[in-house]
Amino acid sequence: MNPLELAEAEPGPAFTVTLDGREIDALPGQTVAAALWAAGVTSWRTTRGEGRPRGIFCGIGVCFDCLVTVNDRPNQRACLVPVRPGDSIRTQEGTGHER
Amino acid sequence: MSAEGPHLAVIGAGPAGLAAALAAAGRGVRVTVVDSAAAVGGQFYRQPSAGLGARRPEALHHQWRTWRRLREGLDQYIAAGRVGHLADHHVWCVERKERTPEGFTVHALLGPEQEKPAVVHADAVLLATGGYEKVLPFPGWTLPGVVTAGGAQAMLKGGLAVPGRTAVVAGTGPLLLPVATGLAAAGVTVAALVESADPKALVRRAGALAGRPDKLAEGAGYARELLRRRVRTLVRHTVVETHGTDRLAAVTVAALDAAGRVRPGTERSIPCDTLAVGHGMLPHTDLAETLGCRITGPNVHVDEEQRTDVPGVWAAGETTGIGGAALALAEGHIAGRSAAARLWGRDPDPREWAAAAKSRAALREFFAALDSVYAPPAHWTEQVTDGTVVCRCEEVTAGAVRAAVGELGAGDVRTVKLLTRAGMGWCQGRVCGPAVAGIAGCPESVARRPFARPVPLGVLAQVTDQAADQAADTEVAPDQ
Repeated sequence: MNPLELAEAEPGPAFTVTLDGREIDALPGQTVAAALWAAGVTSWRTTRGEGRPRGIFCGIGVCFDCLVTVNDRPNQRACLVPVRPGDSIRTQEGTGHER
Repeated sequence: MSAEGPHLAVIGAGPAGLAAALAAAGRGVRVTVVDSAAAVGGQFYRQPSAGLGARRPEALHHQWRTWRRLREGLDQYIAAGRVGHLADHHVWCVERKERTPEGFTVHALLGPEQEKPAVVHADAVLLATGGYEKVLPFPGWTLPGVVTAGGAQAMLKGGLAVPGRTAVVAGTGPLLLPVATGLAAAGVTVAALVESADPKALVRRAGALAGRPDKLAEGAGYARELLRRRVRTLVRHTVVETHGTDRLAAVTVAALDAAGRVRPGTERSIPCDTLAVGHGMLPHTDLAETLGCRITGPNVHVDEEQRTDVPGVWAAGETTGIGGAALALAEGHIAGRSAAARLWGRDPDPREWAAAAKSRAALREFFAALDSVYAPPAHWTEQVTDGTVVCRCEEVTAGAVRAAVGELGAGDVRTVKLLTRAGMGWCQGRVCGPAVAGIAGCPESVARRPFARPVPLGVLAQVTDQAADQAADTEVAPDQ
């Protein structure tokens, strides 16, 4: 059993996005975070101070831990932003403005 | 939407907001529901995103029949033009304007990007802003794979996504039960449910519990489900640390003694890639605070009619005190009826909502009893090593907080914040507030946040310009 089977989900066709250039599959209706979790990825940011990895924590837009760069826009909350075909998702390092 | 009749803005589309919107719309008030999510439901009734095509979303939910009633009622009112629903509207401030025909301006930011503004004017406001989870720190709690219990549930309900294959669910409180059973149903192996309280203590509160046999049955149902799925439940246990380098690999759990201290020698390691952890809930009160509403403890203070002490502002649901969806429905219903009556210029008759008031009283008593039993370990701060990050945004350690108190003489959380930056980051102390207070040994104070969310400077400048131009009279129509 997986969550899609549990809810008898019949999503539209999967599409491709990239995480740091690597192609991963995503489904319509997923957030960026859900697509990354489904691809087995749990961290996509390093902190400004210690460079420690972070990913989802609160899952509802309160904590800002899941910040990520999507299509060159840094500091997007992965738990809120819907994933779209062709999205270029990049691990956000520090403030996201340093590259 | 018809422009006739008084206009109520309901902030939040969870159980409280929807119950309030239906009650007010049923009494001839124009209602606009302003909500941050893409679809109504709030956290409790969070629905799988439409694109996922879930044919059986009820598999993820409880109280599904109640949801269907709310949803159908709302759809009818929306079709009739009596309720407007503004999705993807993140409200950052509600302004009270005493000299304008409509008394309130609701300021929101649009979509997940939250950069473009939107404004709603209304005669009255009903705050149903819900709550979020409290998590206390422990060594390794910032490791990817450690998520809040509610966050794991939100990602499951909304995104049909789970963070890993093997989870430990830990902390304290009734939320842990549906999170554990939900993850298990979705195919995650739940290696243990670790509860720091001893739910057997509830027996001593039998009086309060007897008033809501339905809630007791709900608890028993979860217990059966956990047994059926062979989830090991460890009561009076706590997670003392996590293991892993870039991702969670295991947690160490230990037993607690009667005083709430870790019993040495009881530590054991449980391999897992996910830890879903929570220590109770906190109400969202920012909008009420900015409006000047009285706050009692962590909650928005309301009277018997769910009115705040600011004229024209009602509040219902978790924002007035954590108590779950059933209580939110009762409070929302009462608030909506009261607001409708008063917006039409008459005193409401409380006998009209006697059933909801009875339910509200019993549920408040029930949750007070739960609250007295479910608590984090009394000495949780002793487990927080000096190197443990407490403020996740600004990466402030427990050692820095202790030094601010012990060496620099800070005597309150505001001074600790100014000295260490704890609580100064993106989340504005929502996550670390209780932790910083606990570690500093200071009382928790109500955080004054003039804006409920980060607001682009350009949007703020625009608001100021509008005020100067008296442009606030032009209503932005709901998109129904």
